Amino acid sequence: MPQEIVNRISSLRMEGITKRFPGTLACDDISLSVGEGEILALVGENGAGKTTLMNILMGLYRPDEGRILINGSEVVFRSPNDAFAAGLGMVHQQYMLVANMTVLENIALGYKRAWSPLRVDLEMVRARIGEVADRYGLSVDPDAFVWQLSIGEQQRVELVKTLCLGARFLILDEPTSALTPQETDELIDLLKRMRSELSIIFISHKLHEVKNLSDRVVILRRGSVAFEGSTSEHSPGEIAALMTGREVVLPKNEAPCCEGCEALAIRGLKVRSDRGFLAVDGLDLSICSGEIVGLAGVSGNGQRELAEAINGLRSVEEGEILFFGRDIANLKPGEVIAEGMGYIPEERNTEGIVPPFSMKENFILKDSGDPHYASRSFLRLKEIDRNADRLREEFDIRSPDTRVAAGSLSGGNIQKVILARELSRAPRFLVAVYPTRGLDMGAAEFIHKRLLEKRAEGMGILLVSEELEEVLDLSDRIAVIFKGRIIDTLDRDSADSRKLGVLMAGVKESGDEAV
Amino acid sequence: MDFAVNILALGVPFSVALLIASLGEMFNQRAGVFNLGCEGIMAMGAFLGFLAPFLVGRGGPTAEIWNYAGILMAMAAGALMGIFFGLAVVTFRAPQGIAGIGLQMFGVGVAGTFFRHFVGGTQSIPGIPAMPIPLLSKIPVLGPILFSHNPLVYVAFLLPPAAWYVLFKTPWGLRVRASGANPRAADSIGVKVNLVRFQALAVGGALAGLAGAYLSLCQAKMFSDEIIAGRGFIAVALVYFGHWRPLKITGGALLFSLAQALQLAIQGRGINFPYEFAVMLPYVLVIVVLAFSRENLLLGPTALGRPFNREIRT
Ligand SMILES: Nc1ncnc2c1ncn2[C@@H]1O[C@H](COP(=O)(O)OP(=O)(O)O)[C@@H](O)[C@H]1O
Ligand SMILES: [Mg+2]
Repeated sequence: MPQEIVNRISSLRMEGITKRFPGTLACDDISLSVGEGEILALVGENGAGKTTLMNILMGLYRPDEGRILINGSEVVFRSPNDAFAAGLGMVHQQYMLVANMTVLENIALGYKRAWSPLRVDLEMVRARIGEVADRYGLSVDPDAFVWQLSIGEQQRVELVKTLCLGARFLILDEPTSALTPQETDELIDLLKRMRSELSIIFISHKLHEVKNLSDRVVILRRGSVAFEGSTSEHSPGEIAALMTGREVVLPKNEAPCCEGCEALAIRGLKVRSDRGFLAVDGLDLSICSGEIVGLAGVSGNGQRELAEAINGLRSVEEGEILFFGRDIANLKPGEVIAEGMGYIPEERNTEGIVPPFSMKENFILKDSGDPHYASRSFLRLKEIDRNADRLREEFDIRSPDTRVAAGSLSGGNIQKVILARELSRAPRFLVAVYPTRGLDMGAAEFIHKRLLEKRAEGMGILLVSEELEEVLDLSDRIAVIFKGRIIDTLDRDSADSRKLGVLMAGVKESGDEAV
Repeated sequence: MDFAVNILALGVPFSVALLIASLGEMFNQRAGVFNLGCEGIMAMGAFLGFLAPFLVGRGGPTAEIWNYAGILMAMAAGALMGIFFGLAVVTFRAPQGIAGIGLQMFGVGVAGTFFRHFVGGTQSIPGIPAMPIPLLSKIPVLGPILFSHNPLVYVAFLLPPAAWYVLFKTPWGLRVRASGANPRAADSIGVKVNLVRFQALAVGGALAGLAGAYLSLCQAKMFSDEIIAGRGFIAVALVYFGHWRPLKITGGALLFSLAQALQLAIQGRGINFPYEFAVMLPYVLVIVVLAFSRENLLLGPTALGRPFNREIRT
């Protein structure tokens, strides 16, 4: 395939890139360069401007200032088509796939060589997919609809798509933040294999991945380059410190397990998934006040359904959920909240906030009828403002003010809004589902500290997470969920990531001192 | 037997205006824009289709040609109105529901006003005559049902497979579907989403214009203010009913037209069946069908009604 060979990109340079959005300076005079066959890690806190910078490189945004040079000569990308033609390709943070089209159609959408005015040559696209799949060992089912695929499979489709379009230079925007640990390992291996043929810009918050994979690292802080250097010369701790401008130490739960009363007792719980099968299938779990129980497991093993059932968002088929002695199974969400349950849901944008509502309105979503915030059907706006200012300050939420739409905040700040709302209501118990997914280390540290504080104050917490480190750092006990049941529960001291990994895969070792 | 054949032979041409307009609306919606102004474009199409043959085409050898000139004018005006609508909802991001109602009132109002100004009162035209297909129209049962209509009916029934092909087999159809289902994704892979939406609106408008012209030139052979009689709205409803799929939409259009033909036939026999009920039926059916097919909605344009701008986060 001679026409396959897009001009080589022996060097790529972005120079003095500046981009403003209303009220925000997203990129402030950023310069960086990448050589052939190099893997550059781009790191920075949420909102540092990484995605914006890469969107500029792909021709999606026009920079207000600055220029892009490929092989030493300036290029201007007016649309992604120009960037594709130059051999660039990007896997976006939010996958850019049309859910109700097949994999084949999604790729055909960009594969212009298969287009004639009256027909798309899908067979040609299929052949091209086969070619790429063979070459990189990336198998995808061309006839599957995207909505049928798991997150990991969708990402593979994204990779195949960019490679099919002829990318010689790959941009990966937080590719691992939604993957399971196994999928992450596979991806890292794949990228290592690809480095002989491609240059890569890799964005991640997980610094061990950055260490493991990249040659050089560029750290962005609030829109400008804070540091640039070779990866091998710096430890993850140093990189984290440069990223946040201070030292980051993820806190650990080292306090002795306190003997609280039983706060939440789940017995024989059965809950159906959206697709109708029993996602939670006879689950037993008990959590005390002043205790954090980590629920480890590969996502999709019933975590979502369990959390929703506890919070009254999904009906319980069988079994009971005793909350301080009262069965709350099948109560309405409002009743569960009134019982003193706090909830950090998995989907922060769609379930945790009302995106177009202002930040201050989101703070009182659960209390809009409370006499503190409303009197005789009217909202007490001054009180709402006071509350919002206090929480914004206390939780260090970065935004111009408290009137901005919550949906316009960055992921880390949205999570802080949710955390602030839930914790400030002083619940008796908290269900936290993937509370730090996709967040940078600074934000994760903040959230971990808050959770440990609340534990010390006597709150019971169910922490659902895929991140073994997070679970190991914070939990008093760790329950591993597999196919809707607790396959084993370990004490903090007897757990390590190897044991958990084995359990998460559904294998229960005999002879272990399992509880 | 004769009764059934009559109903079918009546119902098939009845369905044509609905069919054409709803296929046009299907393209709009597949690209992510719903155009409630369909009724207004149809009214304009009906008026313009009627105008040319009425003013210049009376009798004489060129009469036929003026019919078709009327059709072209109706389609061109429809496409223009679609583009005009696009300016409001795509470029200026106006709320589509409100803008659509505006377009509907504009179209119906302007057509009616021009009609009174240029024509005055009710006037009939010869219109486009039936063109039975030799031999085929002589087949018992099928002949009168399928092969004894005017040329536009035949054209209309070539449209569903054509629309299906365009939507699912051509690059443009691919772009249209992607723009309506996930504009951000389409944009990221180089599709000019807003251009595609304009194109779809022009196509949809042209088809709505054609549907209107069919009503004045072939069905009523006259123009009046009430000529569209809510068909534009039914066409919109049919798109939902048919889940944005050309063949299902065709089925829906036929179903409702046959119900209407049945109602007329029953009335003709002196049995009083409320007309309003027949008109209501499609809407009721749409509500019922939509209520029971939620997962099907995910197969259609999931970004329907939402304007797209790359730099504005939604
Ligand atoms: N389309 C947009 N409109 C307004 N502000 C935006 C937009 N995109 C990004 N921003 C703002 O620009 C800054 C950088 O965002 P982003 O590039 O997404 O950060 P990162 O990817 O590093 O987390 C943030 O403050 C964000 O709120
Ligand atoms: Mg980002």
